[in-house]
Amino acid sequence: MLTPTRPRSNAEFSHQHAGHCESGVASALMRHSGFDMSESMAFGLSSGLAFVYLPFVKLSGLPLIAYRTQPKSLIKGLRKPLGVDFSFETFSSPERGQARLDQLLAQGKVVGLQTSVYWLPYFPPEMRFHFNAHNLLVYGKEGDEYLISDPVFEAPVRCKVEDLNRSRFAKGVLAPKGLLYVMDRPPVQSEISPEALRKAIKKTCRGMLAPVPIAGVKGMRSLARRFEKLSDTEATTADFVGHMVRMQEEIGTGGAGFRFIYAAFLQEAAELAGNKAWAASADQLIEIGDGWRALALAIARMIRARDPMDTRKLAQMLRRQADAEEAFFRSLVKTTA
Amino acid sequence: MELKEVPQERNTTLGGQRKVVYAKDAQGRLRIAASEGWEVEEIVTTQALTSLQNLATSALEQVRLGQASSLAYWMHERRMDEALLAQSTGFWRWRVRRHLKPQHFANLGATDLERYAQALGLSVATLKTVPA
Repeated sequence: MLTPTRPRSNAEFSHQHAGHCESGVASALMRHSGFDMSESMAFGLSSGLAFVYLPFVKLSGLPLIAYRTQPKSLIKGLRKPLGVDFSFETFSSPERGQARLDQLLAQGKVVGLQTSVYWLPYFPPEMRFHFNAHNLLVYGKEGDEYLISDPVFEAPVRCKVEDLNRSRFAKGVLAPKGLLYVMDRPPVQSEISPEALRKAIKKTCRGMLAPVPIAGVKGMRSLARRFEKLSDTEATTADFVGHMVRMQEEIGTGGAGFRFIYAAFLQEAAELAGNKAWAASADQLIEIGDGWRALALAIARMIRARDPMDTRKLAQMLRRQADAEEAFFRSLVKTTA
Repeated sequence: MELKEVPQERNTTLGGQRKVVYAKDAQGRLRIAASEGWEVEEIVTTQALTSLQNLATSALEQVRLGQASSLAYWMHERRMDEALLAQSTGFWRWRVRRHLKPQHFANLGATDLERYAQALGLSVATLKTVPA
């Protein structure tokens, strides 16, 4: 996995399909620099796994529920363990943002962008929601179109200059403000050390076991309490619980998806560091991921009225997930001592 | 989830795209697989779309009854709410709410109309009308 090759020019950029946009972008930038890295390794090494319930941050009137750390953290998280460096820039106007992007492309850089999903025409219309933290890579420009490697798409896509500008400067929650980022310095380390893996895992455990009510397993329990306050007969209940599943399964790759990606990371880490405990943890986490999928399925059945709406039952399932994750991270943190 | 359980349920909301999921192979190693979608995702996405669609449809009715401005229809048609439209235009939220009423919308000047049109990705002419 860790076979540094020579850095590539943007004409040689190769697209790879990924489970999640930001870990996909982060690993693609690493591979492009000549450091062969999987998406799951990028996700785990930057301690991407999380749970956050932010009742006061509203997306179309519904709370932000995230199953990963905040935007940009998956890219920034690679700085320390690998000595790689990225620079981030935001802009006051679309004109400036476009000029800088064009300049970087002319210099042969592959450029990462934060964008709104809604204003990207290559997304299927059914997926176009106002979600502003979508990441993609631009690797070229032809006429009035940018050549884009969007990790959640199977193949590279194209987007008109005007549309991309609009998407980069969309307003609202998590507004991207034209954010772009490039790799400034290729990785200093030629491989991932067991120590870096240990630190990354420890950090994730700390986040999941944090003593605050909105994060980690406690955040899950807060959300479970919120579920219990919802009425089983109101139409808005279906919107709320459906929203939770959408944040779980659709935004990037969601709750179960991120747990599976993290389990894949633990397997890779186990092999790299020769640590059998991590491999065993991966199996446990796969089971927890399946639990998230079961919760999503139960919610979908209630929305479709195949089962009666029962928010107490959903709250109970969510608490079971919280309990399972608490036990999991308490035992995982011991392996990093 | 095992590789053979990876859903291939032709989720229509993916528009023919496939997405990556991670699943266990026979040796228990997680691998990347392309999925045509899971019915669960289709259900929740459709649910969200239907809610948004209902808002747009009821706004359209209100516009026809003269109870709401065309702005109200386009806001919902563009999947926005008052908060996002306010942020996208720079208008205070109370002003946006006012402009959702026909009499106040009718008094808007060219610059203000342009701000709304810009934020919604429409021409001013389209913004002032609703579909027949």
